[in-house]
Amino acid sequence: MLELCNVSKSYREGRKVLDRLTYTLEAGEYIAIMGESGVGKSTLLNLIAGLDTPDSGEIRINGVGVSALDDDAATLLRRKQLGFIFQAFHILPHLTLFQNIALPLLLNDQKLDQVEPMLSAVGLENRGHHFPHQLSGGELQRVAIARALVHRPKLILADEPTGNLDPDTAREILQLMRAEIKANGAAAILVTHSHVAAATADRILDLKRDGLHPVAPGNAA
Amino acid sequence: MTSTILSRWLLWSEWRAHWMQVIVALIAIATGVAMAYSIHLINSAAFNEFSAASKSLSGQSDLQVRGRSAFFDESLYPKLARHAGVAVANPVLELDVAVPGKRQNRNDHKLKIIGIDTFRAMQIAPDLLGMPAEGKNMDRFAEDALFLSPAAMEWLQVEQDDSLQLHVGLETVTLRVAGGVVRARAGQRIGVMDIGALQWRMQQLGVLSRIELKLKEGINHAAFKADLSRELGEAYVVVESSDQEQRVANMSRAYRINLNMLALVALFTGVFLVFSTQALSVIRRRQHFALLRALGWTRRQLLRQMIWEGAAFGMVGSLLGLVLGYAIAALAIQFLGGDLGTNFFPGIKPSIHFDEVSALLFFVIGLFVTVLGSIVPALEAARTKPAQALRSGSEVMALVKLSKPWFALVCLLAALLLTQLPPLFELPIGGYLAIVLLLVGGIALMPYCVGWLFNTLMMRCQRYSTPAIFTLVLARLANAPNQAAIALGGILASFSLMVAMAIMVSSFRISIDDWLVRVLPADLYVRTIASGDHGGFPPGAQQDIAGLPGFDRVDFFRSQTLTLDQRRPDIMLFARPIDPVDARNTLPMTDAWIAAELWPQQAMPIWVSEAMVDLYGYHVGDTVELPVGAASGQFFVAGVWRDYGRQFGAVQMRLSDYQELTGDLSVNTIAIGLQANTTVDTAIERLRQLAFGSRLEISRSGDMRALSLEIFDRSFAVTYLLEIVAVFIGLLGVAASFSAQTLARVREFGMLRHIGVLRRQILWLLAAEGGMLTAVGILLGFVLGWSISLILVFIVNPQSFHWTMPLHVPWIWLLLIAIVLLISASITAVWAGQRAVSGHVIRAVREDW
Repeated sequence: MLELCNVSKSYREGRKVLDRLTYTLEAGEYIAIMGESGVGKSTLLNLIAGLDTPDSGEIRINGVGVSALDDDAATLLRRKQLGFIFQAFHILPHLTLFQNIALPLLLNDQKLDQVEPMLSAVGLENRGHHFPHQLSGGELQRVAIARALVHRPKLILADEPTGNLDPDTAREILQLMRAEIKANGAAAILVTHSHVAAATADRILDLKRDGLHPVAPGNAA
Repeated sequence: MTSTILSRWLLWSEWRAHWMQVIVALIAIATGVAMAYSIHLINSAAFNEFSAASKSLSGQSDLQVRGRSAFFDESLYPKLARHAGVAVANPVLELDVAVPGKRQNRNDHKLKIIGIDTFRAMQIAPDLLGMPAEGKNMDRFAEDALFLSPAAMEWLQVEQDDSLQLHVGLETVTLRVAGGVVRARAGQRIGVMDIGALQWRMQQLGVLSRIELKLKEGINHAAFKADLSRELGEAYVVVESSDQEQRVANMSRAYRINLNMLALVALFTGVFLVFSTQALSVIRRRQHFALLRALGWTRRQLLRQMIWEGAAFGMVGSLLGLVLGYAIAALAIQFLGGDLGTNFFPGIKPSIHFDEVSALLFFVIGLFVTVLGSIVPALEAARTKPAQALRSGSEVMALVKLSKPWFALVCLLAALLLTQLPPLFELPIGGYLAIVLLLVGGIALMPYCVGWLFNTLMMRCQRYSTPAIFTLVLARLANAPNQAAIALGGILASFSLMVAMAIMVSSFRISIDDWLVRVLPADLYVRTIASGDHGGFPPGAQQDIAGLPGFDRVDFFRSQTLTLDQRRPDIMLFARPIDPVDARNTLPMTDAWIAAELWPQQAMPIWVSEAMVDLYGYHVGDTVELPVGAASGQFFVAGVWRDYGRQFGAVQMRLSDYQELTGDLSVNTIAIGLQANTTVDTAIERLRQLAFGSRLEISRSGDMRALSLEIFDRSFAVTYLLEIVAVFIGLLGVAASFSAQTLARVREFGMLRHIGVLRRQILWLLAAEGGMLTAVGILLGFVLGWSISLILVFIVNPQSFHWTMPLHVPWIWLLLIAIVLLISASITAVWAGQRAVSGHVIRAVREDW
């Protein structure tokens, strides 16, 4: 579903973060990527999403080379095939929960009949008319999960989704996220520093300079 | 100390980070202050110079005695000269004469000549003494010697000993330039000659314009004035020379105040920009302030900080405004003159003087209004609960109180009540206050209107599947109307004022155009050049003209000035043929008139202008006394007519009545209607062939209408300039506000880009938001402007200038402005958006951004 072939990326100041990274993510696979700060975890997500371009190498999603796409084409790819979950939620404050979740459907010209089931799935049934300022942090992240999954994307990219949440809420959100991703048959990449969060994934990978290294489940805890 | 440092840090960091908004707000304040200050400087320079010039003519006299009309019999002079209590009596004759070849418009060919008694003038008005050439002292009494002020010499391009031809009535008089009036004021165009010589040469034997009195020491002026008034009776007015200043002030007061009000409009628009700048800053820094509050800053400190930031805008903007205002005033005086081309202060050359008190006053006004504009945002910042504000997304709750309509409704209600007030100090104070409250109320109502309108629209759209971008636009406008409406505060203020002024000016212009057609029905108008108050056409000349072939109708008009109240400018009396059956066939009547069959027996009717009703209380049906003829006569007020030419009052009466009362058979103006087979050119040629034809001033009615409208347009040129300035400031405000709001939403756009919204879709979103918001602003601005125009047309104009007019809305012009504004605002929104979407999407969603 996702293929990374010899992907390298350096920053302007010359710091190399990814060096000939190669990896293949299968459909429906849920992986967690860990690693030290600055090693390039978030950069990797941005490259996959077509928000940034690698210096060399190739990224393919379902056979389509992402880095060769222009801005509009990359945007359309994100719109249809990807879902995002951010650490800071990024829920639009002037839209209701229903409208926030409906956004990807509207962008993809799809019917809105999946919004209510999605709200229920994340435990926010009957709260579609509420505004974001009426919600707690955990609830906001539930909305973000619902928004990321409502249009049934093939790949979910989650960047520290529980970084702003307390441990109990974080655990609850992680479980919900996994359950929903699996229920939707999507693949997912979870970038995190948290071993607890990483433990919810099918596989845990440690990003180092020389590539992605599998971490045994026991070591992750 | 630490608090001051923090305060300074916060201010500098904010200004540094949002320098463009700061510059726009400063430009707005500076422009507003500059406009108001420059108009004040120009008006006061012109007024002071005009007043000083008037004073220089009356010198050091204590009292002046005048007739009710322009001239009176000189037999009064010896009586006053011998009067107990009078130290010196100085007789003066003032005449306007015409200079051939100098005519460019109605008045610029006239030269004022003052006839003085040199020995008396030496004691009372030494500034008026002519300076003869060396060894020619007797020229002061010579019958052909004219002394000219430097400005008059320059204008006439003559030097000492040159001869000068002047037209007086149907005669040509040749005088010799005997010297200068060196102490005349700069720009003052006057000539001085011996009073006896002037009376003789200008055929005004036995008449005077005024007698100036210097009282003996120890005489109580007020008591003497009262006694003398009683002694002289109704035929004369006795005024203190200091009253003259009041009279001059009254002449131009309404004009000056209206211009000042217009200038304040620009400043007022600036206040809304300060408000929007500060309000957006409060929204943007909501979390920062919450953090400071959490760290221990008190509410009071926060409030003080915000007001201090507003005051900083006010101080810098006002200082810049004062400098700019001084420069504008100096340039305007140089190129347009002291009356900005309106001819309110003719024959003077004022210069600008820096005055600390007025500069300080305008600085304080600028500071005050900017602090005023900062108060609501400051209170919002201080009232916000830190815990709530620290949460992401809580900015949507900011300024939520603005969407409550109560404050706006109270303002609108108060405005309505103020419109019912009568004039205070003869000025439409209630009307002006109502305009301010209407603007404040209208703008305060904007968030509520925006919220209501877009909520309704959104609910309707929810029934159908609408595109995502459209949903986003509607949702933002419906759910965050405060922020949206703030951006439009400046443009709403300026657009509504532009609509109001456009409707008022259009109503006035169309009314004047219609009025000119009514008052100038003849094909040709013939006058003697500068016959002044004396009829220039004796009966013989009238017969010569009436006897020319090709004329269908010839009407004779006699006009003169009358003094009814010594504190007010003179009124005009017109004697002319008036339709005895229905005066509406002759005069542009209002609805107030009485048919001829209802007049009292033996009544001598007059028709008064609207100003006479307001200023002198002459109502239809009243019997009033007017000084026409040897003794004051009783007249019946038969109707009220519209007069857009004279704001201080005018009276029309039948020529036959005038001639019966005065025995004066001369006229000043002859109106000629041509037969169908006679062309205007042929008629003019025949008039010119008369013996006195070369001294006739002949005007085609079309030319007179065109000239009047040209003068009208020129006098409103400053108004148009101020309107453009106000709209420009408003647009700058939109640019700054949109830019600030767009930058504040950079995370939102970043997220949208993540989930698949194209860059151009975001720009489209911003254009749609800007366009829809501006469209609502334009609609509301139109309603607001139309309401203000009602106040201007039906309250401010009648109370200031004493004339009424019907309302005319210039639809096409307004539509054009609205379209230009709509496009400008949308382009501005997109331009502002370019900056927001040009940044990196990844950086935009980082929390520490």
